[in-house]
Amino acid sequence: MGWSWLLPHGASTFAARIDFMYYVILAITGIAFFVVELGLVWFLIKYRARPGRKAEYIHGSTKAEITWTSVTAVTVVVIGLMSGPVWNQVKGRHSVPADAMPLAARAQQFEWHFTYPGPDGQLETADDFSLRNQLHVVVNRPAVMLLQAEDVIHSFFVPAWRIKQDAVPGLGIRVWFQPTEVGTFELACAELCGLGHYRMRAQVTVHTQEAYDQWLAEQGQNVAIR
Amino acid sequence: MATTAATVGQVGHAGHVDDRSFLRKYIFSTDHKIIGIQFLIMSLVFLALGGTLAMMMRWQLGFPGQAMPGGTVLPETMAPGGVLLPEFYISLVTMHGTFMVFFAIMPLLVGVFGNFLIPLKIGAPDMAFPRLNMMSFWVAVSSGLIMLAGFWAEGGHAGAGWTAYAPLSEAPEYSGVSLGQQLWCLSLIVLGLSSMLGAVNYITTVINMRAPGMTWFRLPLSIWALFITAILVLLAIPILAGGAIMLLFDQTIGTHFFKPATGGQVLLWQHLFWFFGHPEVYILILPAMGMVSDIIANGSRKPIFGYESMVFAIMGIGFLGWIVWGHHMFQSGMNPTLGQTFMISTLFIAVPSAIKVFNWMGTMWRGSLHFHVPMLHAVAFVAMFVIGGLSGVFMASTPVDIYIHDTYFIVAHIHYVLFGGSLFALFAAITYWYPKMFGRMMNPFWGKVHFWLTFGFYNLTFFPMHQLGLQGHMRRIYDPTEYTFLQPLQPLNQFISIAAFLLFASQALFALNFILSWFTGAKADVNPWRDNALEWSVPSPPPHGNFAVTPTVYRGPYEYSSPETSDDYLPQDKRLPTDRMPASQPAGD
Repeated sequence: MGWSWLLPHGASTFAARIDFMYYVILAITGIAFFVVELGLVWFLIKYRARPGRKAEYIHGSTKAEITWTSVTAVTVVVIGLMSGPVWNQVKGRHSVPADAMPLAARAQQFEWHFTYPGPDGQLETADDFSLRNQLHVVVNRPAVMLLQAEDVIHSFFVPAWRIKQDAVPGLGIRVWFQPTEVGTFELACAELCGLGHYRMRAQVTVHTQEAYDQWLAEQGQNVAIR
Repeated sequence: MATTAATVGQVGHAGHVDDRSFLRKYIFSTDHKIIGIQFLIMSLVFLALGGTLAMMMRWQLGFPGQAMPGGTVLPETMAPGGVLLPEFYISLVTMHGTFMVFFAIMPLLVGVFGNFLIPLKIGAPDMAFPRLNMMSFWVAVSSGLIMLAGFWAEGGHAGAGWTAYAPLSEAPEYSGVSLGQQLWCLSLIVLGLSSMLGAVNYITTVINMRAPGMTWFRLPLSIWALFITAILVLLAIPILAGGAIMLLFDQTIGTHFFKPATGGQVLLWQHLFWFFGHPEVYILILPAMGMVSDIIANGSRKPIFGYESMVFAIMGIGFLGWIVWGHHMFQSGMNPTLGQTFMISTLFIAVPSAIKVFNWMGTMWRGSLHFHVPMLHAVAFVAMFVIGGLSGVFMASTPVDIYIHDTYFIVAHIHYVLFGGSLFALFAAITYWYPKMFGRMMNPFWGKVHFWLTFGFYNLTFFPMHQLGLQGHMRRIYDPTEYTFLQPLQPLNQFISIAAFLLFASQALFALNFILSWFTGAKADVNPWRDNALEWSVPSPPPHGNFAVTPTVYRGPYEYSSPETSDDYLPQDKRLPTDRMPASQPAGD
């Protein structure tokens, strides 16, 4: 039924690092949760009003304040320091690998249009072709996608890849990813974009290089026939 | 409260003849207590409405595409044959958020308790500007009516989320909504006026009208929190109003602030909205924290632990609120380097939040805990706020946020803060100050039944939403079964819906207790909770003008179980032989 604190299976190079960060925070907040909530319940039982016992007249403790302030501050700094590099790997300005396959995506109500570079591997050339709601990529090969939106804000979300990036009208945003598993996955729109938001989905197919080449050749034939 | 216009000539406690007409006394009143009660009734109505909208959403999510029981009363444009339309569903999403944030939680905290508590707790006869105060309420009512009118607008009500992200919010060609969204903007502009009138009043009153001896560091934490909140309101609301005016102009007079095709900036709206919106989040929690502090000290019969740390934590949260707005925009396409800065500032909010939680626990430590109904809700506030605070660490971490942003994890988080936090604090505050407001006690038995049912069903409703989010379940989607990877979660969605229906139904107990106690509750004496603060030294309800003689304050509000007295409480205005008279001017102390 899904009552799990585990993340679903990940299928990109980001998944391991993002999931690790998630589990680190889950462990830290989990410990804090149990310490605080069990402490609270223990106090509620232990210090419940009983006849003949008066509350102690205590106004505070500087030592305690310093302790919990500094422990919390150090913990969040550690979380911040650990998170920073992972963020940079995914979204940093210079994070995109030089050999990434170029792709373009245009989001519009309520569909995704993906443009492929064709056999020459370059976008904006004559052999480019576009497909609706179908994203095809190669396993273990980085791809970088120029994400644009036609009308309103949409958001490119492939849960299995742990990647999400808003597509914003007027901006071209580069998003990159490197799938690690062959198969089909779902792509969802994660930003409310109108009444059809809930059905703005696309299918992601991750091929081996050979299968991709073969698929690409078939696309070329289709284009030629047309 | 049972007095009517007929009882003209009733002698008020303050010694003057109260000859105001019914209209001046109860409708167009300038009395801060009446205005507080007016805000209370208004915002409870909107709370019920916001809850009703949520129930419809939960029906659709649990049972997508099935006719909603009773849904046939809705017009064809919303739910033909009782089945909700997608465009109506996103209006529900939008208006649930809008009503709950702007017309329920915010007026309940600021409008109701800012009004009712500030003059009483600082020993003032009324607000600094009573007429502005009256205006603030009636402007808020007008704003609420404008917002309600949107449901009857051609094209339906606003459907771009309570955050109204442009360009969806301003483009009828993409949303199908025009008048509804314009009314939404107009209503919030008008509401902003009301909030600013209130904020000016609260700030002036706290600075200028404290009773002799009521130094800054003798103020109850509720007043500190409301004071800092009023400053946040004064500074944040103009930004929302400015943004809403720009959005309205884009829709009506052809400007293009947010229209990319003509040079506008889409992300500008998000910056404006969240530069207001994050302080707003603290507007929605700080007063709750303040009132919970008062109630926990009272229930523990012990001074608040670390009073000064608590004050500085309120200020710290208020300040940090201004430099974290970008964490709502990590995935928006803004410069990724900003993500790092906003992550660090956001993570630091954990520090003042932890200070508050540990000090509440410190207050209970070695106390003598009395679990009256307000105390139960206040303790639940602490327990639930901890969950909401800890879940916030996940999205503060930018890489984890990439995955959980715009999923149900966020929905769970906001509801742990705003329902588990603010609303439990409000149940605590309403049950605590009810006797002072209405002169009668709420029924404690039914109060406890309501508490336990709410606490249970609340957690069954919102806790599993974390799990939905972790599986990638997106927010604001009309039908999750569209996605293969979400189909296995449908039983969990149904479970949540049923828990939500029971949670909603449990609120009938509160409503009945609230209404029936007004007429048949046991008469409340002056100080039913044996509390130290000044409002408990005047009759329940206090007369017009509050204090017969301006009280003199000798100590802070948390002197419970003091060795100086045989009682376990020591009122702020009780003069002990060792007390010196304070200097006549409290300000500048």
